[in-house]
Amino acid sequence: NGMLAAAAALLLLAAAGPGLGPGPGRADAERAQQDSLREELLLSPLPAGDVAATFQFRTLWDADLQRGAVSHYRLFPKALGRLVAALGVRELHLALTQGFWRTQAWGQPPLQAPAGAELWVWFQPTVTDVDKAWKELSNILSGIFCASLNFIDSTNTVTPMASFKPLGLANGTDHQLLRYAVLPREVVCTENLTPWKKLLPCGSKAGLAVLLKAERLFHSSYHSQAVHIRPICRDASCLAVSWELRQTLTVVFDTFAGGQEKKDWSLFKMFSRTLTDACPLASQSKVYVDISPKNKEKELLEVTPTPASVHEAVVQGERRTYAVYDLLSPLLFNTSRSLNVQLKWKRPQDSSELPIPVLHAQRYVSGYGLQTGQISTLIYNTHPYRAFPVILLETVPWYLRLYVHTLTIITKGKENKPSYIHYQPAQDRRRPHLLEMLIQLPANSITKITIQFERALLKWTEYTPDPNHGFYVGSSVLSALVPSVIAMKDVDVEQSPLFTSLFPSSDGSSYFVRLYTEPLLVNLPTPDFSMPYNVICLTCTVVAVCYGSFYNLLTRTFHVEEPSRGGLAKRLANIIRRFRGVPPL
Amino acid sequence: FQLTVPIAVVFAPGTVPRDLPRPLPFRDMQEMEIPVNLRTSVTSRYEMVYRSTMAQEEAALGAATAREADAALRPLQDASLGSLTMYVVPETSSLLPQGISIYVGKHRSALVRAGGDLATLHTRLRQVTQVMSFTASSIAAALSDRVPDGQLGPDARRHLKSSLGYEITFSLLNPDPKSHAVDWDIEDAVNRYVQPVLDKLSLVANFSVDSQILYYAVLGVTPRFDKESSSFLLSAHSLPHVINPVEARLGSSAASLYPVLNFLLYVPERSHSPLYIQDKDGAPVSTNAFHSPRWGGIMVYNVEAPASAQASLPLHVDVDMVRVMEVFLAQLRLLFGLSREELPAEFLLERPGNEGLADWELDRLLWAHTVENIATVSTTLTSLAQLLDKIGNIVIKDDVASEVVYRAVASAQSAVAELAVGHLHSAFQASKEAATSSERAFFDPSLLHLLYFPDDQKFAIYIPLFLPMAVPILLSLTKIVRESRQCKKEPTKMD
Repeated sequence: NGMLAAAAALLLLAAAGPGLGPGPGRADAERAQQDSLREELLLSPLPAGDVAATFQFRTLWDADLQRGAVSHYRLFPKALGRLVAALGVRELHLALTQGFWRTQAWGQPPLQAPAGAELWVWFQPTVTDVDKAWKELSNILSGIFCASLNFIDSTNTVTPMASFKPLGLANGTDHQLLRYAVLPREVVCTENLTPWKKLLPCGSKAGLAVLLKAERLFHSSYHSQAVHIRPICRDASCLAVSWELRQTLTVVFDTFAGGQEKKDWSLFKMFSRTLTDACPLASQSKVYVDISPKNKEKELLEVTPTPASVHEAVVQGERRTYAVYDLLSPLLFNTSRSLNVQLKWKRPQDSSELPIPVLHAQRYVSGYGLQTGQISTLIYNTHPYRAFPVILLETVPWYLRLYVHTLTIITKGKENKPSYIHYQPAQDRRRPHLLEMLIQLPANSITKITIQFERALLKWTEYTPDPNHGFYVGSSVLSALVPSVIAMKDVDVEQSPLFTSLFPSSDGSSYFVRLYTEPLLVNLPTPDFSMPYNVICLTCTVVAVCYGSFYNLLTRTFHVEEPSRGGLAKRLANIIRRFRGVPPL
Repeated sequence: FQLTVPIAVVFAPGTVPRDLPRPLPFRDMQEMEIPVNLRTSVTSRYEMVYRSTMAQEEAALGAATAREADAALRPLQDASLGSLTMYVVPETSSLLPQGISIYVGKHRSALVRAGGDLATLHTRLRQVTQVMSFTASSIAAALSDRVPDGQLGPDARRHLKSSLGYEITFSLLNPDPKSHAVDWDIEDAVNRYVQPVLDKLSLVANFSVDSQILYYAVLGVTPRFDKESSSFLLSAHSLPHVINPVEARLGSSAASLYPVLNFLLYVPERSHSPLYIQDKDGAPVSTNAFHSPRWGGIMVYNVEAPASAQASLPLHVDVDMVRVMEVFLAQLRLLFGLSREELPAEFLLERPGNEGLADWELDRLLWAHTVENIATVSTTLTSLAQLLDKIGNIVIKDDVASEVVYRAVASAQSAVAELAVGHLHSAFQASKEAATSSERAFFDPSLLHLLYFPDDQKFAIYIPLFLPMAVPILLSLTKIVRESRQCKKEPTKMD
């Protein structure tokens, strides 16, 4: 349809920026350099007083990974490069996330990811057996990142038809080359962070990466680390391909978990480190602090030290002001040896001035009993006057049997007919349900989507450990081109901060948003797993008792009792006989 | 089993020993026993064909130098792998320099100076044959799993295990990117120096080459500062600790299962340069490099300090790839067991030239790898059989059995048979196939498909049955014992 075609066209536009210029003071490194590294940290205070820190490291390599038998790596990590070359990967997006980004309270994230592990890959058209390559790829990635991605199999892999377009250079989009999987149960921890850090050219020894200390990063309410690999245009004429590796890491630090009364933040408070230098290999190394005034009159935030420059940009439909610290500029470390950015609130925030994001969503499971249930999704469009379409992707495991005839979409009390539906029913133990819909969201509306399901009975080996905890259903994905409230200028993608450039920016009237809803936890009818053992115990005891008495009967030797030594039974019998007046035995 | 080397001994006119048993041409055979361990031994058999030179060969032998003769003789020989041709030249021949009696060429031939009687000729021939095919020690090294410890030389465990493929990774370690911006033209160096060798070796295995640059990768040992030479020193005994911290950064070969050969070029940080490696006696190692058996090699590349201390950092360094590749190629040969052994002074070996490897060296490698492959196959299949004996529940599916296990056995048998008749190439192919099949059989996922319950767990489940049943049995046993004791006691009471 038209919207998707527009999005694909935009992708090409976005990728076709001019090549990277050398950073200041890097003139000698310019010579025949084929790859470059840009690193940046974005600190954005969140409305609730929390603060989000987003790291982005972008390695750009002017080489075609797909060709050439001998490959020589410099900044690009060899492990990933070999993977891309060996398995015919055109685009790879892997995210490992702990926690949930609360869009409603925190606003639009720079880059959201669903809880758990998410992997989506576009393969080259030359790959003949996509499923085999996908299986191999997930196994190798699970080895590289120490994650349980090897649990990705046909029961949780889908091929979405509309939601996931290639973000990089692509000619032709045959959706059979796309694979998407989410593992909502995956727990992200230090062992996933260490290999991720190892992929950085400077490791965690220099530059912004020194802040990445595991004990602070995981002491947070949201942690998401991602790897994006895609081919992009080398220059404006787009005759050659460059490969881009983007490593992003987003953390949300909690005010209250920090145990501080004041909502003031500093780099040292967040990471227990300060910045002392840039990575010597980076051509750009910057720290951005979001200081956009929430209302016109007064600035809320005070940043120290005074930033050298201020950058204004329109990001995701909002005008934002960033204080910029360039770690490569020699002025920065003149006065002090290290950079410790501090944020101070000038006055307390009131919750009334929280900006509500234009698009956000909620999802929950309802119903009672262990037979049927209902998944409900609420999608909010808070735009005052513009309607826009959204693509909803639902992946539901096969053991929840969806009834498609119960699918209802209701907006403002009226039924809302989706303009496009792609439904792929599940096959037991083979593949999950896939439901994709293009839904028109009227201005200022709430759309409720419900679908009923029946819970299946699993075989006893199919239950996960701790089955009473419940079974996860992965987040559903919302992709939309959201109309902007304010007009956006056409900005040069290469010159603007990195976080604006992964998703295509657009023609100025709308911007691309991808949101993930909450993962669901559904209880399935769970048998008592100790029952077989109990039954064995009980039967065995009964058998043993029977056996004991039989054994007694068979092996006991019977003696003729001597009358003088009467047993208890005989004495009792004699007492009874005496009562009856019969002579005793 | 038996290894057969076909050898052609060609006598130039006037070199035929007087005590030759039969007139030329004739065939002869010599056998030699190589004991491996108490039970196994390998018989090496040399099938000699004695003949006199043909006209063309005579013309070739008339060349001015041994090298030219070697080149001219090349098209006249039996070119199949593993076969050798020895040319016996007159004692007074000017082909061989003074004092040299044996010349080994680039291909599969050697020139031997006639030494009077047959006995001296035989010893010389045997020496050449062993140099050019295999020796007892190289066979023992290939069968190192079976040779009892202590009987192996120090080199035996250095060689890489035979495998279907190898990955060669060149890594440049730059622990101090702030002061050194190191560049190396690895692409050109690989094409120029490494690729010819690998092309030659492509018969043995598949090779893939890549390179990477690692920043902030430091060695695990802090070098000692030496005031005398104002340099830093790494002593030989600390070298084992150098590799481990680096290895974590090297990146595993996630995309393949082949063994990786690592060659590291370490540019020491500015505060630690120059850095030199000391050997056991404390003398600096001339190449400033060392290798680790079955792993790869490390070379330290010192950057010259800038003339003025105020030179702008980072200092730009272009690595001299010729110097580096010389060391790495030598290490590569070492790792493949192709080091030139100490030979008697009368030997002269032709330099292998640009290919880096003579034909007969390739043969040596093939002999060793074939023997090793066959040994590996038999070990793998034996341990699979042992595993089956131990755990009866393992299911071997029919397709695994027929396609993989039987094929492995058949290929191994044909490899042994081909070795016995001296067809090295087909023997090597068969042994390779056998090794692949046996590995596939051993690692077939269907073997682990069924959960298996160990016997002790099964027993534990039935404890509720066995325990109450045991009680009356034990009680009656004690009763029997007690009664039998009383029976013994009672007669004494009677008395």
